[in-house]
Amino acid sequence: MEKLILRKVEAGREEMILNFGPQHPSTHGVINLLVETDGEVLRRAIPDVGYLHRGLEKIGEQVGYPGYMPFTDRIDYVAAMFPNEGWASAVERLLGIEAPPRAQWLRAISCELCRIASHLVSVGTMAMDIGAFTPMLHGIREREKVNDLLEALCGARLTYNYHRIGGVAFDLPEGWRDECLRFLDHFDAFVSEFDRLISWNEVYVRRLAGVAVISREQAISFGLSGPNLRGSGVDFDLRRDLPYGPWALPDFRKAVSLEVPVGRGFVGQVGDCFDRYYVRCLEMRTSARVVRDALASIPEGEIAAKVPRKVKPEPGEVMSRIESARGEMAYYVVSDGTDKPYRVRVRTGSFTAMGIIEEVSRGLMLADLVALIASLDVVAPEIDR
Amino acid sequence: MTPQEIHARLRARFGEAVGPMAETRRDPFFTVGKGPLLEMANFLRDEPDLALDALEDLTALDWPQRGVIEVVLHLFSFRHRHGVTLKIEADRAAPSLPTLTGVWRAAEWFEREVLDLFGVSFEGHPDPRRILLPDDWEGHPLRKDYREAGGWHGISNERENPLVELRRLDQKRRQENLP
Amino acid sequence: MTGPRHERTPAKPANPRGVLLGTLAFGLGLPLVLFSAVLVLSPLSRPALAAALVRRVGQALGKDWDPSGWTATGQQLLYGVSIALLAFVLVNFGAVVSGMTVWWEMRVSSRMQSRVGYNRVGAAGFFQWVADAVKLLFKEDLVPADADHALFRAAPYFVLVGFALVFVALPFGESLVAADLDVGVFYVVSVTALVVVGILLAGWSSNSKWALFGGMRSAAQVISYEIPAGIAILVPVMLAGTLSLQGIIRAQGPWPWQWFALATPAGPLAFLVFFVAQLAEGNRTPFDLPEAESELVAGYLSEYSSFRFALYFLVEFGNLWVMAALAVALFLGGWQVPFAGPETFAAARGAGELPSAGWWGLQVLSMGVFAVKTLLVVNLIVWVRWTLPRIRVDQMMTLCWKYLVPFAFTALAVTMVWQILVARVPSVGVATGLVLASAALLVGAAFLRRTFRNVAAAHDRVDLTNW
Repeated sequence: MEKLILRKVEAGREEMILNFGPQHPSTHGVINLLVETDGEVLRRAIPDVGYLHRGLEKIGEQVGYPGYMPFTDRIDYVAAMFPNEGWASAVERLLGIEAPPRAQWLRAISCELCRIASHLVSVGTMAMDIGAFTPMLHGIREREKVNDLLEALCGARLTYNYHRIGGVAFDLPEGWRDECLRFLDHFDAFVSEFDRLISWNEVYVRRLAGVAVISREQAISFGLSGPNLRGSGVDFDLRRDLPYGPWALPDFRKAVSLEVPVGRGFVGQVGDCFDRYYVRCLEMRTSARVVRDALASIPEGEIAAKVPRKVKPEPGEVMSRIESARGEMAYYVVSDGTDKPYRVRVRTGSFTAMGIIEEVSRGLMLADLVALIASLDVVAPEIDR
Repeated sequence: MTPQEIHARLRARFGEAVGPMAETRRDPFFTVGKGPLLEMANFLRDEPDLALDALEDLTALDWPQRGVIEVVLHLFSFRHRHGVTLKIEADRAAPSLPTLTGVWRAAEWFEREVLDLFGVSFEGHPDPRRILLPDDWEGHPLRKDYREAGGWHGISNERENPLVELRRLDQKRRQENLP
Repeated sequence: MTGPRHERTPAKPANPRGVLLGTLAFGLGLPLVLFSAVLVLSPLSRPALAAALVRRVGQALGKDWDPSGWTATGQQLLYGVSIALLAFVLVNFGAVVSGMTVWWEMRVSSRMQSRVGYNRVGAAGFFQWVADAVKLLFKEDLVPADADHALFRAAPYFVLVGFALVFVALPFGESLVAADLDVGVFYVVSVTALVVVGILLAGWSSNSKWALFGGMRSAAQVISYEIPAGIAILVPVMLAGTLSLQGIIRAQGPWPWQWFALATPAGPLAFLVFFVAQLAEGNRTPFDLPEAESELVAGYLSEYSSFRFALYFLVEFGNLWVMAALAVALFLGGWQVPFAGPETFAAARGAGELPSAGWWGLQVLSMGVFAVKTLLVVNLIVWVRWTLPRIRVDQMMTLCWKYLVPFAFTALAVTMVWQILVARVPSVGVATGLVLASAALLVGAAFLRRTFRNVAAAHDRVDLTNW
């Protein structure tokens, strides 16, 4: 393996090639980085992925449309509602059906709660990688509360399998709305406390400000998306600019206010690690607002549309895009008229984020590399599928 | 601009190399020839009205009946908030296309994945290695005629039905516990 | 499925009262025994008092033992035995205190992190460190094949010796010090430098790239921070006029405005510089980059296992105590008991050969004051560790050379000028102390108010019963 990578490395230098991984004591997952360094400053960090490749795209060609839903949870198990929604909306577009309004509201509520949970892990593990252990555990404590809510909703805490083709699987249980509102009341105060604890801590700011700056042009060219892209100053959010699912319903847009935080060099330069980190902190707040607004305005009705027993869409292809916690998750599904897809392609935000690491890591220090990877919020299942 | 308008602009510039819009009731796409592909890519990115500066996705479709592997590009423009889907056909026997890494940097990793899983080689790619599978893997799994090799470096990937296997193990244990 | 069913450790012990009593007995008893041993043995290891003790014991037994009439060898032997006993007690003290510091740190950190924390072994998980130590002893002792065997094995002992030797000059109470060296401070600073040797040896002999990086980086850190620490130490030395630790403590007073940290305008600055430098020397967050190496490897420790690893950990946590004890001795008044000046101690001594019970009582009081102050500083160190992230290597070097060293020099210069001033106008000294002490009180009050406000803003309340 290393022989092939060594082709990229010039001979006769003082540097060593070290393996950074694939065992990380953090939730970034099994990712390996080959680091060319003289001990302090890196010449380059070459990512080496594929340790978690499970062939999910090939599996999609074999299990059929409804059967693929549990597999989508595993595409990004840290924020599993998003792949669920993406698959459901892709197949719905292939079939030409639409989920009823209440189902769309429930999709939005579950997805935004999931975004909160995912960002809690992301900012928490970032703090832990920088050396502050306490904020991570506070984040996990809050994530447990979100998981409790989602467990009451769909029975699972990690791989939810909640959305269905045509709608969602379960309706809100008795008392769930009050429980959720109670959590949201407490959550805003928690985010403020979290900010006071770590975000504006001088040591933390010094570690992240101005580190690994990704310019706007670089971000767009490398295909970054989501908080990574917004952290570099590009004001783009699929929910607002290319609306899908519930975000495309006019009633929903009227009832729910969405603010899109964009990086502007909060403490350093635009596009540095702190911007990407703080955009996620702000997104937690905006997601909480979305859930609150959605719960206040949720209509009554069915939670799933009528879907034929054998799902056999007509031949054609769709590209359904979702604003996932880690960026743009897009399902490119090609149907050939049978009950199994001809091709399932999942385009994830973490894959392109990994792609930029080699370029941005030149000249970084080792500790900054950790900050870079943490700020890009990559998870192995999304990269490898 | 709608995809149809973008298609018209491209056709106006490159003529016959740009195929017609596909007849479909789902998402629209069109096929282009691979000869002027690099020029087309640069045109799509640099032309101010189009400004398709983001490569959203680059993947492939394997059509063994037609004897081609189609490489699919999804392009997007942040300035104009429009996008388009193109396909380029490559001969299935020896699929090869020019690389688009010089146009969109995101293509580097997408093309590596297509090389890995479909076997399409991209001329001029700065780092043509497999990305997801081990470097010494044989075969391209997402092709329709891919057959598993039965194992890798002595680790078998063939196993019997778990229900059958567990029942056999239970019986073996019961026999061992008897005396 | 068939197979052995593993018994889970029950969440609540079978006999909660028993466990609690046992923990209290051991948890209070063991330190009490050790402290008492230190209390009794340290003054009694002086030749004069040891001789007096032997005479008294002889009288009680009806024998006539008079060490002053013994041969020189006999007296040396008596002295040697008493010193050996004291040394044994001190090393044990260091080890046990290090274990209990681990418990305290883990307990505090679990509460800070909203976790339950240790709760299985003993009440409040007090014996977890014992269990961990035993577990580490049972692990396989690996020496990497390519490592330098002799140095790999020897490195932990350098660190241990560097740690243990500090207890020689550390004053626990008014007369409770193993050896009141005239160059006490100088001795302590030089002996703690042995730790650097241990770290470098560990990193180099492991024959692993990561370990080498970590070792060199850690050694650079410790050596760099010796400079500001040393200069900051010169401030109390200058104020007291002596290098002896007991002398420095005696030059302070029991009240906060008489502590060196608050008695002079440069006192707080010197204390801050010293505290930060000691954190860096002990490889504590925010300065633990050499150890954490982004949590991928343990730096210079990565090849160590079992008992050798336990030694490093013992020294690291014991160093917390040592750091805190030094800070207390140099800047926070040491063992000085309020309302009990040197005359009280002399009066309580009595005229007999062996000191009277009142004197022993005063010693206990002074030891208690010292222990409480040290525990508070240990708590501060633990608190800082679990709050702050770690700083990067180049930022750490910048902090040391561009900030701490100039600040330390400033403190030194200001102290020199202030001393000249006080020699002319003595009231300035008292005034400075009172002003700074009240300023410290105000800062403390403001901090507490801010804390209560923050807790209320998080919709929480302060609950001191949540142990």
